[in-house]
Amino acid sequence: MSEQQVALSIKRLTHKILENHLELDNTVIIGIQPRGIYVSDRIVDELKTLIAPEKIKYGKLDITFYRDDVRKELKIANKTDINFSIENKNVVIIDDVLWTGRTIRAALDALLDFGRPAKVELCVLIDRRFSRELPIHADYVGRTIDTFPSQKVLVHWKEKDGVDDVVLV
Amino acid sequence: MKLSTRHLLGIKDLTKEDIELILSTAQQFKEVLQRPVKKVPSLRDVTIVNLFYENSTRTRMSFELAERRLSADTLNFAASTSSAAKGETLLDTVNNILSMKVDMVVMRHSASGAPHFLAQHIPAAIVNAGDGINEHPTQGLLDAFSMTEKKGTLEGLKVAIIGDVMHSRVAQSNIYLLKKMGAEIVVAGPPTLIPKYIKEAHGVNVTYNVMEALQWCDVANVLRIQLERQNQPLFSSLREYNLAYGIKRSMLDKLDKEIVIMHPGPINRGVELDSDVADGPHSIILNQVENGVAVRMAVLYLLANREN
Repeated sequence: MSEQQVALSIKRLTHKILENHLELDNTVIIGIQPRGIYVSDRIVDELKTLIAPEKIKYGKLDITFYRDDVRKELKIANKTDINFSIENKNVVIIDDVLWTGRTIRAALDALLDFGRPAKVELCVLIDRRFSRELPIHADYVGRTIDTFPSQKVLVHWKEKDGVDDVVLV
Repeated sequence: MKLSTRHLLGIKDLTKEDIELILSTAQQFKEVLQRPVKKVPSLRDVTIVNLFYENSTRTRMSFELAERRLSADTLNFAASTSSAAKGETLLDTVNNILSMKVDMVVMRHSASGAPHFLAQHIPAAIVNAGDGINEHPTQGLLDAFSMTEKKGTLEGLKVAIIGDVMHSRVAQSNIYLLKKMGAEIVVAGPPTLIPKYIKEAHGVNVTYNVMEALQWCDVANVLRIQLERQNQPLFSSLREYNLAYGIKRSMLDKLDKEIVIMHPGPINRGVELDSDVADGPHSIILNQVENGVAVRMAVLYLLANREN
């Protein structure tokens, strides 16, 4: 995916979220640390051009302490910053790549420790279908791709890697 | 990224990177402790025994709470109510506990080096919760965490360690840690309670004038007079100690700046700290206790997650 395609996908995802949650009245956006934040930051920037910025409730969630592979590899914990209640809210979780589904499983567990949302939806830039290890699906998808487990999906962002693009290697 | 050590026996064995990793992880756990559900499932497959051969309120409860907040299973052992009172040795006790499939040992012992001895003989990870007059590493870490929270950085921070430095494992852990992190240290107290070669051994400055130390420092970490470790009188009376070396509100009011007062607890009120200082606006003593849980969570999390 080129820079332009990534930008268009972000725009489309934003509009789709807004289509289902008009004015974000009872809806909050939560990005998954660390790399989901690059997607959620862009979606939130896009939302700000479409609705009043004060209507957007945006938090960041780190799932390190909820992982099921802590014994295999020690990951550095990032900042969690959710300064609003998610009780009875519609929550849209945002991540970059949906692959095995394990990150999202951990994110759901972490999220529920903040309260009981009315509904949780998932938005991802890339969905690697056919490689799920848990029954998890995304509600908003930038692009669906078919991959072998041996392949890697690299998502690059301007802030970190100098360019916005997605590469399959 | 992981710690360079398998046990936490003392700050002496940690690298600067280890300390930074523990403190930054503790920062994330502090946020966890503000959530409606103050608990994460990270260590739900880990069993930890708290082995306390010496009395403790704060440290034991803080460790136990940290373990539970990480979803670990915990066992508590107090020497006075156990078979240690019948003469069972430390190593026998621990081996018996470990045969019940316990993964980690948190221990406090009145003998300096007890956890180091244990580390040579058992496979489990050991966290030193205070050994004699040697070290109290998690106290050193939580003091550093609290100082950073209040002052932003340890680099160049001026810390006065005041009181019974001779018998204080807290002082020793603080000195090792602050030196590694680039802080400046002055120790202050009566000559009988300051080790003679501390300047040569640790590279800290010494003063016998508490007011002078207060005037110089940004943070004063005040130590408890450890009467239980003093076999012979090292000062004439508690009242006299208070008059010459105790910290009073009037002394803080004379300073031209705001300093931070810390104390590892338990406080001898009216001896090393007057009540209006301990409970006053300069004091972050209760913040230290709060931060203790997050720091201990970080230590347990980082040590439990070793691949082997």
